Amino acid sequence: MLLVEDLWSRYGRIEVLHGINLEVKAGEVVAVVGANGAGKTTLLRCLSGVQPMAAGTITFRGSNITRVPAHRRLGLGLAQSPEGRQIFTNLSVEENLRLGAYLYKDARVEKDMEEAFTLFPILKTKRNLNAGDLSGGQQQMLAIGRALMGRPHCLLLDEPSMGLAPILVDQILDVVKNLRSYGVTALLVEQNAFAALSIADRGYVMEIGKITMSGPAQELIADERVREAYLGI
Amino acid sequence: MSELLQFFFSGITVGAIYSLVALGFIIIYNSSGVVNFAQGEFVMLGGMSTVFLFNAGVPLAIAAVAAILITCLVGIALNKLAIEPAKGASVVTLIIITIGASIFIRGMAQLVFDKQFHRFPSFSGDDPFLIGGATILPQGVWMIAGAIAVFIGLFVFFTYSLTGKAVLATSNNKLAARLVGISTNMMMTLSFGLSAAIGALAGVLVTPITLTSYDVGIALALKGFAAAILGGMGSPFGALVGGILVGLIEAMTAGYISSEYKDAASFIVILAVLFVMPNGIFGRSTIDRV
Ligand SMILES: Nc1ncnc2c1ncn2[C@@H]1O[C@H](COP(=O)(O)OP(=O)(O)OP(=O)(O)O)[C@@H](O)[C@H]1O
Ligand SMILES: [Mg+2]
Repeated sequence: MLLVEDLWSRYGRIEVLHGINLEVKAGEVVAVVGANGAGKTTLLRCLSGVQPMAAGTITFRGSNITRVPAHRRLGLGLAQSPEGRQIFTNLSVEENLRLGAYLYKDARVEKDMEEAFTLFPILKTKRNLNAGDLSGGQQQMLAIGRALMGRPHCLLLDEPSMGLAPILVDQILDVVKNLRSYGVTALLVEQNAFAALSIADRGYVMEIGKITMSGPAQELIADERVREAYLGI
Repeated sequence: MSELLQFFFSGITVGAIYSLVALGFIIIYNSSGVVNFAQGEFVMLGGMSTVFLFNAGVPLAIAAVAAILITCLVGIALNKLAIEPAKGASVVTLIIITIGASIFIRGMAQLVFDKQFHRFPSFSGDDPFLIGGATILPQGVWMIAGAIAVFIGLFVFFTYSLTGKAVLATSNNKLAARLVGISTNMMMTLSFGLSAAIGALAGVLVTPITLTSYDVGIALALKGFAAAILGGMGSPFGALVGGILVGLIEAMTAGYISSEYKDAASFIVILAVLFVMPNGIFGRSTIDRV
């Protein structure tokens, strides 16, 4: 589905990613865990094309998308629910969802919106409210719902649990875990390593711009070093 | 009483033009954060192009439509040639680029057109309507109707069309807009084209009354900008109201005090309003919503 080879990226002169290699296979939930500032967000920004890459290639569903501009990547099936939600605070909940399907004008838009409301019923009751007036958790649901409206094959999720009450974290991670039943593959980035690994099939550990460990999620959870560094056990 | 009504009529007619210029300002401002100082040049190009096409024998209506299209293309060219290549530059840099562009366009207009004052006939003659002892020119009615029509058109565009919502989304969050597949370059092109067309329409409407020449843009841009600020620099409704207010203040000052003070008076009132309401009359809370 998604193959990242030797990806380097920098902000100005500060190099942040030093040769990332990573793969996500169709139908998987893959977690990338790492401490604050490791470069997880930068990685997802590169994948969506909103961050320049210094080197490397991104292959998505068999084609090289390294040079594809950001606004064309969703059409290829790569969506992102970005860090900090980034919803359109000047528009209603429904308008946010509608814009998630900006590329489409067919009857499926309506159906997908109902689907999003089934996934997150609270959004339906708030559909006409200004998205900026939602709570943090509701905004996170909206960000995920909006990304799903774009009919992705692969969904990139950046810290969907950040700042949420534990009960909401569970609800959101449950949705992520079940994405594959909608035919969506997921790449999940989290500081909350335990939560992410417990719903993932495989995981990568990222440390200051490099992948230092990878493997089945259960093995990473069991690994001494991971437990010590990220799980606080 | 009829005197007051007369000043009121002249205030809202000229105010309608300021409203149109202000609408042009905020469309580009909302989509890019840039105050486009070439906005007045769009007004000038609309008027001057109509004059020269009309004098070349083109029927007035066709000349006016062609002038609006030409100006629209100039707006798009401004974005493609000067703004887009400077991607990543600070807003201040972009504003300076628009100042340069306005000087360039004015210079070109002197060469392509000339330095004379021009006009073309009013759309519906020059016999004034008599209302309550005051008069209003048919062209003035056209100006007011033009401003209202553009405002309603923008309202419908932003409220009901997906493209209009995409413009609003881009102005709210560029990153998110790109992630949902909106081309932000496309939205900028659209904004510049739309803004230029609205400016040109203002030029077409006002020329039979105030005449036009290569440098009429400067004063109109200043007034339109003041109107946009007064209205809160963001909402189309604010721009509409801001323009009418600036027009009214000017007309009342010219009528009751002296026309020498009309420019000063409008700027003093604007400063006073901004002192009390730093975000303009319709600022902030309505900035995001149409
Ligand atoms: N816009 C920026 N300009 C300069 N440096 C940046 C910028 N954004 C991030 N960085 C730096 O890049 C590094 C990686 O940041 P990034 O946001 O990708 O980390 P992260 O793993 O997502 O962290 P977090 O878990 O806190 O979200 C950090 O050292 C950060 O300081
Ligand atoms: Mg991050």
